[in-house]
Amino acid sequence: MDTNTETGPQKRTVEIDSHTLNFGPQHPAAHGVLRLILEMDGEVVERADPHIGLLHRGTEKLIEYKTYVQAVPYFDRLDYVAPMAQEHAFALATEKLLGIEVPERGQWIRVLFAEISRILNHLLNVTTYALDVGAITPALWGFEEREILMEFHERASGARLHANYFRPGGVARDLPAGLMEDIAVWARGFPKFIDDLEGLLTENRIFKQRTVDIGHFTAEQAIAWGFSGPCLRASGVPWDLRRSRPYDTYAQVNFEIPVGRNGDCYDRYLMRILEMRQSLRIIEQALAAMKPGPVKVQDNKITPPKRGEMKRSMEALIHHFKLFTEGYHVPPGATYTVVEAPKGEFGVYLVSDGTNKPYRCKIRAPGFAHLQAIEAMGKGHMLADAVAIIGSLDVVFGEIDR
Amino acid sequence: MAELDTYAALPGVLGVTEEKDEIVLQAARDSLPDLMRTLRDDPRFAFEQVMDICGADYPERPERFDVVYNLLSLTRNDRLRVIATTDGVAPVPSVSAVWPAATWWERETWDLYGVVFSGLADHRRILTDYGFEGHPLRKDFPLTGYVEVRYDEEQRRVVYEPVRLTQDFRSFDFLSPWEGMTTLPGDEKVARNNG
Repeated sequence: MDTNTETGPQKRTVEIDSHTLNFGPQHPAAHGVLRLILEMDGEVVERADPHIGLLHRGTEKLIEYKTYVQAVPYFDRLDYVAPMAQEHAFALATEKLLGIEVPERGQWIRVLFAEISRILNHLLNVTTYALDVGAITPALWGFEEREILMEFHERASGARLHANYFRPGGVARDLPAGLMEDIAVWARGFPKFIDDLEGLLTENRIFKQRTVDIGHFTAEQAIAWGFSGPCLRASGVPWDLRRSRPYDTYAQVNFEIPVGRNGDCYDRYLMRILEMRQSLRIIEQALAAMKPGPVKVQDNKITPPKRGEMKRSMEALIHHFKLFTEGYHVPPGATYTVVEAPKGEFGVYLVSDGTNKPYRCKIRAPGFAHLQAIEAMGKGHMLADAVAIIGSLDVVFGEIDR
Repeated sequence: MAELDTYAALPGVLGVTEEKDEIVLQAARDSLPDLMRTLRDDPRFAFEQVMDICGADYPERPERFDVVYNLLSLTRNDRLRVIATTDGVAPVPSVSAVWPAATWWERETWDLYGVVFSGLADHRRILTDYGFEGHPLRKDFPLTGYVEVRYDEEQRRVVYEPVRLTQDFRSFDFLSPWEGMTTLPGDEKVARNNG
């Protein structure tokens, strides 16, 4: 710089002590394989540059080479914390292109398990988030409860995690005898657990010191950054896809949408706690409303025939064989179908060219948009607050990296 | 729901279609930022959020890539899909100035399809490996890719090698002769005479 233009006597040298910190990709508080390059000024975050893609498996490319039936399990592996919510979006998108409607019991089962998925997700997020900011007990309690819910998963679908249960045309099979009663028993006892969990966290001084007014985001910011789900509602935007564009039987259930006011980490935590209570209400209503009946479209061109029929009927056997080799052909068209996944708007942009494989299947993961905002949200915060922010955004790399 | 004609009257809109209750706008590439700003700020549209931006590849077309924007209006509870095309060389104007959230999705579209965005401040790859070559979601990119990685015990580092398949990739032809094929093997002459 030309020093002659300096007029005042106060010429001073500013020393900038900035250093770069490599956070992750193997840090427990990174919630997976997030590599976060933090430019620090002392202990204050100046820039945050997330490097994602370390868990990229090319899901969208793989789906282009699989039939519609074979594509469903890939959705379990996106947000592996709440697998059925992802399948739901793909099933709805395919059904829209096929122009079919799922029988009522199938829809209720989906609503039931979508809400169980929500509780699964929020349990994991709230408790590990508490772990990030210093509380260990919630994680130990929460995982025990999650295991009960995963058992429900297992009894319905045969798998604890990767359920492959919601299929285009309905669900894979009907609920086994006794499962509905057990879910009802569990749902009656679960509010006590939420009370206990809240007793540990909601008024906990340390927890509040770590989260209140940290990572504050206004409604305008949240909208501009493409937020959805609890993170958007925490900023005060009353928006829930289950209410605004009800899918399956969500139009028939009564529930409230918790909306926050401050848009900070604490509000995002509160949203999830309150949503768990609302999910219980939906579960109870779903259990009460469910009537016996078919759980999938009664068209063997789209859903497989019963095993018993296959042993007797040649036609059923042919249908089964065709369905699991060739699959069904979906009429040409495109749709962007969304569901309110536990983390926010989970969308599938599905393009069909009339063959048995999707031409293009873009997966819109809510965490992708949330993680992107981390620089805007974390700027000027301490390093430890960055951890709280990541925890409150509820990122899972299965869906972000796809 | 705003009328289709209202969309068609906007500058830069080439065509409007409605497909399964979803409105699709074909937009001219160069007028995208202005169009998006109108769609966001005009109270008739009020699409406050861009929920998704992605590419799609149609190699048989002269402008082979679609860039698809899925917009959401929170106030009007409405959705809109805007599609612009490019040939992979001509840059698409970035909408990251309209919505900051667009940045990563545009990076992803660049990464996976090789669509160039002009005015995008951060044009790095996002999902693929450091130093990755090619654009994997293009239809002419093989499913198995070109390189694979493994940890080499002797060199004590991760090495990149050309993909070696122990078994050929199985690609089945599902077009059944009853529905898909118009000319049966041996009947080519008949088809030629008829056509």
